[in-house]
Amino acid sequence: MKFIQELPVLIIVIPLIFALIIPLVGRLNRLIPWIISSTITFFCFLISISLLMTVLDTGKISYWLGGWEPPWGIEYAIDYLNAFVLVVVSFVAFIVSLYSRRSVELEINEDKRSVFYCVYMLFITGLMGIVITGDIFNIYVFLEISSLSGYALIAMGRKREALVASYNYLILGTIAATFILIGIGYIYMATGTLNIADLQERLPALFHSKMVLVALGFFTVGLSLKLALFPLHTWLPGAYAYAPSVVSCIMAATATKVGVYAMLRIIFGVFRIEFDIHFIPIANILIVISSMAIIVGAALAITQTNLKRMLAYSSVGQIGYIVLGAVLADQEAMTGSVIHILNHALMKGALFMVVGCIVYKTGIEDISGLRGMGKKMPFTMAAFTIAGLSMMGVPLTVGFVSKWYIAIGALNAEMWYLIPVIITGSLLSAVYIWRIIANIYFPDELPEHELQYTDGGAEITNHKSQYSEAPWSMLGPTMALAALCIYFGISATAPLYIAEKAAVMLLQQ
Amino acid sequence: MKLCALGVFAVNFFLDMFGLVIMADIIHIIQTKYYYLVVIFLMMIGLYATISTRNLIKKIIGINIFQISVFLFYITMSKVKHGTAPILWDKSHVYDNPLPHVLILTAIVVSVSTTAVALALIINIHKEYGTIEEDMILEKQKLDIDRSNIA
Repeated sequence: MKFIQELPVLIIVIPLIFALIIPLVGRLNRLIPWIISSTITFFCFLISISLLMTVLDTGKISYWLGGWEPPWGIEYAIDYLNAFVLVVVSFVAFIVSLYSRRSVELEINEDKRSVFYCVYMLFITGLMGIVITGDIFNIYVFLEISSLSGYALIAMGRKREALVASYNYLILGTIAATFILIGIGYIYMATGTLNIADLQERLPALFHSKMVLVALGFFTVGLSLKLALFPLHTWLPGAYAYAPSVVSCIMAATATKVGVYAMLRIIFGVFRIEFDIHFIPIANILIVISSMAIIVGAALAITQTNLKRMLAYSSVGQIGYIVLGAVLADQEAMTGSVIHILNHALMKGALFMVVGCIVYKTGIEDISGLRGMGKKMPFTMAAFTIAGLSMMGVPLTVGFVSKWYIAIGALNAEMWYLIPVIITGSLLSAVYIWRIIANIYFPDELPEHELQYTDGGAEITNHKSQYSEAPWSMLGPTMALAALCIYFGISATAPLYIAEKAAVMLLQQ
Repeated sequence: MKLCALGVFAVNFFLDMFGLVIMADIIHIIQTKYYYLVVIFLMMIGLYATISTRNLIKKIIGINIFQISVFLFYITMSKVKHGTAPILWDKSHVYDNPLPHVLILTAIVVSVSTTAVALALIINIHKEYGTIEEDMILEKQKLDIDRSNIA
């Protein structure tokens, strides 16, 4: 019983400790780092499921670190929204960790592999810390833990551009984190507290203070940079394109989602919705910006020739959907937004995993290189097709569910002019996804000499449509995520139930 | 206080030139809140340096100045008039707020680690590209792309 009560802190402490153990024992056997990281992330997934169950049974969990009562001590506060995002993050972390073995063997030098898993665990720790904590300064600290490990992970990419991409992300990420720090300073100055629940109670009396306005401004800009909202997205394509495949998977599927979570928590949890609408038109500004993100992200994705870069720009568009749903301040739209955190994690995770499989098998990252891949890697391409259809928002896939809810929410909020935006975004994503699907299944004639496959970087064969599928250790997780894309598209009751509760909680505080 | 006097002089000079009448307000702000002006000044220097220079190390210096301005901001707000260090002491019962100091201790650690990671990246960039000027790196990246297109 005692053990169960300590779960909220264990989900942070266990990966943190094992992050340090991995490089120590990693030299014994080359499989050990992978085994440890998969086991630990699976364990975290189990803990997060158990936390979610507890939240569904009994409501909010409040864990006092060191037994100090909040608002004096640091509190880990878990409600519907936290528990939901926590399950998403730990699940994706587990799946990506399972997937990572062969891909890491190919893309990362032998002497760096155990360090890679160490930093990977630190990254996960940081993300889960942001999600679980109920203390606003703790959010900053965990944000920096995850960002710093993120820079290191990106810099492990094979090409030398990875270093520059990582450096650019570091500069922008640090500016963003410092902005968030200034915001925290202002609201601490105004209220004298750092606990989120306590801030919620104290801030409404101070809504007329300029300090609180300035704080919200800094938070919005800082968080928008972190989650790559449209005009501030410049770090994202480079970072995703040059990072190792596994890192692209985990970052695309979780890091920006956690950024969105932090934004939801601060804009709707710390400040209240009436403040965002009546005292400063932040909601309206964000509606305009996120609509632009939806269109521009998808349009830029169409112009890309590199597969990873295209998916990165498509992420920019999808983040636009999440933010748009959130700032409409309508229950249905908020539900769509929260559930899109899960849905986008599933489909972007699956898409980047497919890219990882292609890179592992052929070394190709260009869209033009994918011709006729449907015969060569049928299972991988099936996963790509399913996740791609999700990205477009075809019914019976997860993408449809969230877009439907966001569209309904836009109608409820009497903003019909957002419906064309949502649909245009979907159509544009149909353009960039269908271009690839057409390429892989219905190829044009291709000169023989352009096809060179390397098997794990070793053998080179020149047969055109020879069946050569990615190893099952990579294919399994990819197929699992793709299957979930369909499963949650058909029976979305469970995530919708939680997302609805989270939306009600965010809007009615 | 010398800084104050200098500030008052500067403002007077400025106002004489443009004949404005809000002098009293501005002087009051400068006299009572000059420490915040220092923070803003440093913050702008830091941000400007980060954005404007093309040298990777100078950018890091800019980021550091920017972060330090925020540290000063926290330390400034923790100061209580006539406050002492937050320890039990018979001679004074007013003490500064220790919490921002602790927060900033954490933020300093974060800042140092960011600098360390950034410098490690710069070392690697220098190894790979042979330069730490952004323009040169961009040129070399373009060459890379051209080469891969030809191949």
